[in-house]
Amino acid sequence: MRYRIVLRRRYKTGVFFEGILPVISIIAALLFAGGALLLFGVSPLAAYRAMFRGALGSGYGLSEVIVKAIPLVISGVAVALAFRMKVWNIGAEGQIYLGALASAAAVRFLPSGNQVVMLLAMTAAAIIAGGAWGYIAGFLKSRWNVNEVITTLMLNYVGIHLADHFIYGPWRDPSSLGFPMTPPFPPSARLPLFFGTRVHLGVLAAVLLVLLFRLVIRWTRWGFEIRAIGDNPRAAEYAGINYGRNVALLMFISGAIAGLAGMTEIAGLQGRLQPGFSPGYGYTAIIVAWLARLNPWGIMMVSFFMGVLLVGGDTIQVIMRLPLASVQVIQGCILFSVLGFEFFRNYKVLLLRRERE
Amino acid sequence: MDVLIPVMAAAVRSGTPILYATLGEILTERSGVQNLGLEGLMLMGAFSGFSVTYSTGDPWLGVLTAFFVGVAISAVHAFLSVSVGANQVVSGLAVTMFGTGASSLLGRKMIGLTVKGFGKVPVPLLSEIPVAGPVLFDHDPLVYISYGLVLFLLWFIFRTRQGLNLRAVGESPVVVDAMGLSAARLRYLYTMIGGGMAAVGGAYLSLAYTKMWGEGMSAGRGWIAVALVIFAVWHPARAVLGAYLFGGVGAMQLRIQAAGTSFPAPIMMMMPYLFTILVLLVISVKKGKGILIDAPGALGVPYSREERT
Repeated sequence: MRYRIVLRRRYKTGVFFEGILPVISIIAALLFAGGALLLFGVSPLAAYRAMFRGALGSGYGLSEVIVKAIPLVISGVAVALAFRMKVWNIGAEGQIYLGALASAAAVRFLPSGNQVVMLLAMTAAAIIAGGAWGYIAGFLKSRWNVNEVITTLMLNYVGIHLADHFIYGPWRDPSSLGFPMTPPFPPSARLPLFFGTRVHLGVLAAVLLVLLFRLVIRWTRWGFEIRAIGDNPRAAEYAGINYGRNVALLMFISGAIAGLAGMTEIAGLQGRLQPGFSPGYGYTAIIVAWLARLNPWGIMMVSFFMGVLLVGGDTIQVIMRLPLASVQVIQGCILFSVLGFEFFRNYKVLLLRRERE
Repeated sequence: MDVLIPVMAAAVRSGTPILYATLGEILTERSGVQNLGLEGLMLMGAFSGFSVTYSTGDPWLGVLTAFFVGVAISAVHAFLSVSVGANQVVSGLAVTMFGTGASSLLGRKMIGLTVKGFGKVPVPLLSEIPVAGPVLFDHDPLVYISYGLVLFLLWFIFRTRQGLNLRAVGESPVVVDAMGLSAARLRYLYTMIGGGMAAVGGAYLSLAYTKMWGEGMSAGRGWIAVALVIFAVWHPARAVLGAYLFGGVGAMQLRIQAAGTSFPAPIMMMMPYLFTILVLLVISVKKGKGILIDAPGALGVPYSREERT
């Protein structure tokens, strides 16, 4: 052995590690996931080909990718905002359900005359409900330091069951032949669509939120406080930044944004509330935020990529009769791989000539 | 009392899978690693245990397989948390995502099948004791093994040299390294064993509880176990209390539903989750009042020998 391997900690990282390494790790993840699929008796080549052709092979596919990316961008921003302060909001899924539930309530109980008024009311309802759902965890965290990972997660289950209660119970459409769903929304409660596709007004909300996220984090006092706490909570405290108040406020806003994703999803896409309307967008949002390294533009790009996976997942579900779970396997592998490649970001691997002894 | 005995027996039964997962996570967290992948590990355990039992007819082989599947998957988590020093929250979520996806992808052909699995084996003499007999000693073998496991862990963690090392690496890996032991090796070991135990908890669901496989059948029990570790203050004996309390809430919920009340089912199904939040709240309030909650000092903090300070 004339050489030895030495690990050096990296303290500065350049463009390569911020921009290119994530791409390499995603490619590696697709290879890993391909291996896993092969192990599970699924041809990875056929699966990937069908996925990418289904998602990117046509204008329709592309528009569907954008449709799926909308809730991911919105809830991705929600999650990234919390993560920026190192607050683990794993509860976007439940907040999405609460937002959808509240906007469905607005449709049910308010007169549906004017579209603008209706949509504004739905948005307000979604923001308040989603925000309140996040605030519960934020308040508990700020007041008694209750672990927010667990509370937000438990609130996911509670929120989904709560929505189920209304969908299966009092709000069920009597003319749906027993299918659990609310009656279809009136046209005034639907978001306008673009270009004859299913892309809805939510796409503008998503872009706007990304810009706003950038603006708030970068240029406002509150954004500075979030960053300060996220980077070093102790130092922030000494600087006089109130942790408790910020956690509660942050979780309200994070939840409110996720709630908005629930509203755009049912008002833009589904036109009614039905069980399982979100195929885990709130969880995928966590991957989105993490892969994007909490960077606003990154959130958009990663959401698009995840949209490709989801639309592709639908395609292989139809063509290859594979369950949507295969997408989950791929997502899990992507996270593993990105975490694994962190190693190269954190350490420099050196091959040193061994000194003669 | 006669009404309560079946409920208490059911509490033990439905608390057992949570107990296995909680005990496993106690070991993992005592070593300083947090594994939030319990939910995925339980699902992989439930699936792999079921599928091996279905094809071989031997439930013991199923449990063994589940254990090793759990060990293998948590080895990935150990690699990322210990060797790479990656974020353990995200890595745990990845385990859950992968486990949920892989189990439902692999298990899609198993839906609707049943196995004989584990049946009731009343313990002679002990099961004759009034109240405690039917509640504690009229179950399947996996329940009895969990009793043994609790006693073993109580002895192992607090009374043996190995247990001392385990606690030390969770408190201060630097010290363990200075003692000439490898902190990394210990963390790998207990993360893997803990993951295996969570998977056995999952196998309990498919082999003894329902005797069939269902997509997502752990239904959040893995997450409840993560919360229970805090409730149990990393102590195996309190884990028993917590697990059966939760089992009891679940059992009551099923009974009230079966009794045909007009109370809507989805609202009932929220109970265990709300209860988890409540329990966590009580613990945190106590902790805030300065009542000692002894969490492993280095929990969730990556440690690298090269960078010790």
